[in-house]
Amino acid sequence: MAVNLLYFFIFPGLIFMAAAGGLLSWFDRKITARVQFRKGPPLLQPFYDFFKLLLVKETILPKHGSGFIFLLAPLLALFGATMAGLFILLPLFNIETGFRGDIIVIFYLLTLPSFSYIIGALASGNPLGAVGASREMKLIISYELTFLLLVAAVIMKSGLQFDLNSVIAAQQSGPPFIGSISGVLLFIAGIFCVQAKLALVPFDMPEAEAELASGIYIEYSGPPYAMIRLAKYIMLFILPAFLVALLMNGMNTGINIVWLILKILGVVLLLTLIRNTNPRVKIKQASGFFLVWMNLLVVVAIVLIAFGL
Amino acid sequence: MGFKDYCFRKSLWVFHFGGASCNNCDIEILDCLTPRHDLERFGILLVGSIRHADVLLVNGSINRRDRDRLLELYHQAPKPLLVVAIGACGCTGGIFAEGNTFAGPVDKIIPVDAYIPGCPPKPEAIIAGIVKLAGKK
Repeated sequence: MAVNLLYFFIFPGLIFMAAAGGLLSWFDRKITARVQFRKGPPLLQPFYDFFKLLLVKETILPKHGSGFIFLLAPLLALFGATMAGLFILLPLFNIETGFRGDIIVIFYLLTLPSFSYIIGALASGNPLGAVGASREMKLIISYELTFLLLVAAVIMKSGLQFDLNSVIAAQQSGPPFIGSISGVLLFIAGIFCVQAKLALVPFDMPEAEAELASGIYIEYSGPPYAMIRLAKYIMLFILPAFLVALLMNGMNTGINIVWLILKILGVVLLLTLIRNTNPRVKIKQASGFFLVWMNLLVVVAIVLIAFGL
Repeated sequence: MGFKDYCFRKSLWVFHFGGASCNNCDIEILDCLTPRHDLERFGILLVGSIRHADVLLVNGSINRRDRDRLLELYHQAPKPLLVVAIGACGCTGGIFAEGNTFAGPVDKIIPVDAYIPGCPPKPEAIIAGIVKLAGKK
């Protein structure tokens, strides 16, 4: 029991993931600044933002809305992100081997933050929040099928292993999955799914600062918004980690932890560069992109896997 | 200065309210966020929703219609909130001070923490004002 609490709150859990996610968020902002020839924020900027929101600012409840659900949604988002991160990081660090079928559990837990943002935005009773929530719903419908197919393809490629530990073990005994044609196709689809899950720029219609004034987060202030920021930091860490575990070999023991860090930084760098070189697309374009092209890509990859490529 | 104040000073998020402005001050404010001046190195971000704001930048002459909007924005913002009046119109009313529709400079409507005069103020002046404001608390 005590060791489970330790896992949840300290080491691969909340505090570790928050610290790692905050540093990755700084990395993302710094790279963005360098791409735009700016200097960028200081190293601890995400933590200043978080503690300012948590400790200094006041919480305002919307007048025409459900206060309880409005406040519950950020906690639910944080819980989903932490729990999913736990199931991803425990096998990744070889701490505990997980259980049969935990990939499916991770898949469902990863959607929990998006769902709770929708619930919170609708509970706030703000029309712009409602527009943001409807866009987020459409976005989820678009990318979830691709993501599910991707997970299925990885399970198929690892010889029908349904737990993350066996997927990593299958890659460590043989070549990593990204070393084959189907693996590269899966990685491309995975990067775009992660981009949409994190709501980064080509797919940031739910927040859309310019048109919707932060959309789904519009009514949040103070500590609840700090929880949302924390959930976003954690998602920025665990989604690249999940991609690394699924396709890029996970982590070997010993000095190879440096490789793990470099792989995660590489994935985040790719996400940041995509974010900085693309405009925001319309929701219809995003749906078409995922439902037609990305699904086609993953289906092609699955066919290639069936032929052993 | 405690930990809370330090975090607040290092992460000021800015909401921009333009009254009946001639747009010169708006352009100079946006200039501060461009690569040349880059306010993000002080942790300053431009946010889209007043609920996320720590600093309310007000520029332009405030006429009778703007006054209600400005008051509503001020009441909807989570406290603590710093208010900065930018430009001659925001500070004193400038050439519109005698106008029929003019509803007073900003500090007659809401309490103001910093004044940045100029018509329009240079980006350097705005940065200097905001840095002084961050050091004040």
